Amino acid sequence: MSDQEPLLQVSHLHVTFKTHGGRVSAVRGVDFSVNRGETLAIVGESGCGKSVTSLSVMGLLPASGKITQGSIRFDHQELTRLTKKQMRRIRGVDLSMIFQDPMTSLNPTLSIGSQMTEGLVHQNKVPRSEARKRAVDMLKLVGIPNPQERMKEFPHQFSGGMRQRIVIAMALICQPKLIIADEPTTALDVTIQAQILELFGRIQRETGVAMIMITHDLGIVAKIADRIAVMYAGEIVETGNKRDIFYHSRHPYTKALLDSIVRIDLPSDELHPIEGAPPDLFSPPAGCAFSDRCPFAMEVCDHVQPPTTWLDLHHRAACWLLDKRAQAVREAVEK
Amino acid sequence: MSADDVSESRLQSAVVQPIPDDWFRPRSRKKHGAERLVRPSTSYWKDTWIQFRKNKLAMGGLAFLIMLGIMAVIGPLLSHYNVTAQNLVMQDLAPSPAHWFGTDNLGRDVFVRTWYGARISLFIGIVAALADLLIGVAYGGLSGYKGGRTDNVMMRIVEILYGLPYLLVVILLMVVMGPGLLTIVVALSATGWTDMARIVRGQVLQLKNYEFVIASKSFGSGTARIIRKSLVPNTMGPIIVQVTLTVPSAIFSEAFLSFLGLGVQAPFASWGVMVNDSLSAILSGYWWQLFFPALFISLTMFAFNIVGDGLQDALDPNLRS
Amino acid sequence: MAKYILKRFLEMLLTIWVIATLTFVLMHAIPGSPFNTSNGKSINAVAMKNLEAHYHLDQPLPVQYLIYLKSIITFNYGPSIRQPTQTVNDLIGQGFPVSFELGMWTLIVAIISGIALGVVAALKHNGIIDYLAMTIAVLGISIPNFVLATLLIQEFAVNLVWFPVGTWQGVSYMVLPVIALATGPMAIIARLTRSSMLEILNQDYIRVAEAKGLSPVLIVFKHALRNALLPVVTVVGTLAAGILTGTFVIEKIFAIPGMGKYFVDSINSRDYPVIMGTTVFYSTILIILLFLVDIIYGWLDPRINLH
Repeated sequence: MSDQEPLLQVSHLHVTFKTHGGRVSAVRGVDFSVNRGETLAIVGESGCGKSVTSLSVMGLLPASGKITQGSIRFDHQELTRLTKKQMRRIRGVDLSMIFQDPMTSLNPTLSIGSQMTEGLVHQNKVPRSEARKRAVDMLKLVGIPNPQERMKEFPHQFSGGMRQRIVIAMALICQPKLIIADEPTTALDVTIQAQILELFGRIQRETGVAMIMITHDLGIVAKIADRIAVMYAGEIVETGNKRDIFYHSRHPYTKALLDSIVRIDLPSDELHPIEGAPPDLFSPPAGCAFSDRCPFAMEVCDHVQPPTTWLDLHHRAACWLLDKRAQAVREAVEK
Repeated sequence: MSADDVSESRLQSAVVQPIPDDWFRPRSRKKHGAERLVRPSTSYWKDTWIQFRKNKLAMGGLAFLIMLGIMAVIGPLLSHYNVTAQNLVMQDLAPSPAHWFGTDNLGRDVFVRTWYGARISLFIGIVAALADLLIGVAYGGLSGYKGGRTDNVMMRIVEILYGLPYLLVVILLMVVMGPGLLTIVVALSATGWTDMARIVRGQVLQLKNYEFVIASKSFGSGTARIIRKSLVPNTMGPIIVQVTLTVPSAIFSEAFLSFLGLGVQAPFASWGVMVNDSLSAILSGYWWQLFFPALFISLTMFAFNIVGDGLQDALDPNLRS
Repeated sequence: MAKYILKRFLEMLLTIWVIATLTFVLMHAIPGSPFNTSNGKSINAVAMKNLEAHYHLDQPLPVQYLIYLKSIITFNYGPSIRQPTQTVNDLIGQGFPVSFELGMWTLIVAIISGIALGVVAALKHNGIIDYLAMTIAVLGISIPNFVLATLLIQEFAVNLVWFPVGTWQGVSYMVLPVIALATGPMAIIARLTRSSMLEILNQDYIRVAEAKGLSPVLIVFKHALRNALLPVVTVVGTLAAGILTGTFVIEKIFAIPGMGKYFVDSINSRDYPVIMGTTVFYSTILIILLFLVDIIYGWLDPRINLH
C-alpha cells in the first residue's frame, strides 16, 4: 500500500481558535491529499482558513489554536498523534514551509550562512563544513550570484526577490519531501513574481519535491498547479485538476472567483466582484457557507450543509446544485 | 481509509433528516447592504477611555491619585495640628487617636506633614511635567516641522544633552541656585525635556506630510498656527503617556534631592525630607516616621506608573479588539 | 564600522566638552568667592590673595577656563578647598574604587536578573509567572532606592541580623546595598526585555526557525534573545547614570566609604573644586560608557554598519 498512499492525506480536519470574542471555527472539515512530486494549490480569499490549514500540517498552530478533529497523515505517519519532539524531527527535514514576506522571514542579525546551515547542523547532525558546502550549492541552485561570499552577508544587504530565493533555498536544503509555500510571491514586485514562480517550477522538475502552494492569485495557480483545492469559509468547496477547475468548475464560488479575475484579453472592461462578505465563523451557518452570496441559492442551501459530490476520479464539489433533486434549477443555471 | 470514505460519511450525516423537495427551488436573492462594521465607531478619546476603563489596575491607580489630590488639599484641615509646630513634650509618639500617623522627633504631627508632603510632591511632579511638555512640544514640534538643517542641528543638541548624566546636572544646578522648591522645578525642567522633544519630533515627522497639514499650509497658515491647530491635537497619545511617566520621575528626583539635603528646606515637609529626617529614627524603632512618607512616595509612583501603562495600552491601536 | 566608531568617538568628546564647560560656567555663576565661608570667619586680605592665586582665581576668566580644560584633559582636578591637604584626585582615588565596585555589581545583577525575569515573563505570556514578574517590576520601579535600602536594613540587618551593614569589607557587606540599588534598574530592564521579546517572538523569522524544526531553546537563545536585547542595550547607559547617582544615597545610608560620601559632603560644604572635579569625572565615565554601549550595539546589530 505504501506507494499507493498519497504523501499527505488530510482528512476531516477541524481547527478552532480561542479568542477574546469566543471560539472561531477557522477550518471546518477539510479533506485533501498531495501525491509525491505534485503541486496542489489551495485557493481562496483571505481569512478562508488556507493558512491555518497549512500551519496545522506543520504543527505550528499558535497556542490559541487547536485541532479538534480529523487526521493528518504524512509519509505513513499520523502527525496529529506525534509529540512536539517527534514533530520537530519531521519539520525542516521532510516538511518545509515558505512564508509570505521575505523581508521578515530572515533574522536580521544573523548571517545568511548561519541561517542556511542551522537546520542541517542541528537537525541532521551534518558537520558544519559539509553544511556550508550544501548551502552554497543551494544558493547557486536558486540563482544567487557569488554564493560563497554572500553567505557571510546579512539579510538587509539583499533585495526582496533575492531574499525570497534565499528563503526557498533554506526550505530546500534538507531535501524535504513536501514544501508548503504560503503566498510566496504576494509581497514581491510583479516582475520578480514571475521569476520566483519559474524558480519553483524548475526546482520541482530538478528535485521532485511535492508542493502545496497557498494563494489567492489564480494566475499563479494556472502557471504552477497540478491540482487545485478551492477553499471558502474554512471548507474546501471544490477540488480538481487544473482543467476541471478552470474550464469545468461546478461550484458557484469557484465560478465567481474565476469571473472576478480581470481579463484584459476579453473585450469587456466590467469588473465582477463577488458581492457580500464571507460568513462570521464565530457562529458558522447551518447550511452552505456561500448561500448568502450565491446567485443560485435554493431554500435547502440555507439549512443543510451540501454533501460532496464526486464528478469523476479527481473532481469533486460540495454544492446542492449537483443533487439530482436540483436538476431543474441546475439546467436553468447552465443556460 | 481514503478520501471517498470520509466524504461518504459526511454525506450520511448531512442527510439524517429528510429534506422537503420544495427546498430545491431558487429562493429570492438576499439583499447585501454595505459591509457592516463590527464595532460602532466612537471618537478617539472616548474609545481610549473605554479601553482604559477595562484595565482595573490602572483604574485603581487613577482612583488613588484622585484621592491623593483631594487629601493634599483637605488633609491638613482634618487635623488641628500645624505642619511646622514643634512640641517637645510630644516627641516620637506612636500612631494614636490623637496623632493618627504619630509624631516625629520634634513633636510634629506626621499625618499633617504627610499631606503637606503630598502637596509639595504633586506640585513638583505636575509642574515639572508641564514644563517638560511646554519646552518639549515647542522644541520637538519646531524641529520636526522645520526639518532639514534646522532639525539636524536641533536634534544634535538634544543628543548631546541626552548624553549628560541628568541628576548630576540637576545637583550642579541646585548647588548653584541654592536649595528650594522653585529651584528644584527649574532644575528638573531644564534637564528633563529632551525625551519629550524626541517623542514630539517623531510624531510631527510622521504627521507633517499628511494631507490636512498640506491643506492648511496651502491656505497660508503660519508655522505656529499649523503646529498649534493641526499637529498638536494629532500627536497627543504618546505625549500624554510621556507626561504620566514624567510625574513619578520628578517626584522621585525631588525626594532624592531632599535626601541629599538639596531639596525643600526645613521647616517645610516633603516626603523626601521626611524620609531623610527619619533615617536615624528607624533604628530607635520609630518606624512610623519613615513608614508613612515612604509608603506614599511608593504608592504615588506606583499609581502614576500603572496609569501611564494603562494609557499606553489604551492608546495602542494594535491592542484594541 | 570604523567610520561609525570614529563618529561616535568625536561625539563623545564633544559631549564631555559640553559638560565640562557647563560645569565651569555654573560654578563661576555663583556670586562671591568660594572662600567666603558660611561660618562667618573672615580671612585676611593677604591670605585671600594667596589662596586665589593658588587656585588661579586671580586670572581672567578665559585663562581660568583654559587652565580648567587642561586639568580635565590631564585628569588632574586640583586640590580641595575644604580639605587643603587632599587633592580631588586623592578623594577620587580613595572613594572611586569602592563606588565602582558597588556600581558594577549593581549593574551586573540588574542586567542579568532583569533579562532573566523579562524573558521568562515573555515566554509564559499572560501566565501567572508573567503577572508575578511584572508586578515585581512595577513595584521595583515605584519604590525609591533609598526607601528600599532602609527597609532592607530594618528587616535583614536589624531584625534578622543576616547581613552586616556599615563600611565595606567583603561580599556580605555588599548584598543589601546591591539589592537596594539594583532593584529599580532590574525592573526597567525586565519590562523592556519582556515587551521586546514578545514583539520578536511574533516575528516571521521565529516562525521560520520553528518550521526548520529547531529546538525551543535554540530558537529563544539564538534567534529571539539577541534581537530582543537590542532595545535593552540602548538603555544600559542611562541606567548606569541612574545607578551612579544612586550610589550617593546608598553609600550614605549604608555608611559605605565611597565616592558618593565625598560628593555629598562637598555639596553640603560647597567645596567647589571637589564638586566640579567629581561631576566632570563621573560624567566622563558615563559618557565613555555610553560610547561603549553604542559600539556593542553596532556589533550586535549588523544593520548599523550601513549608517
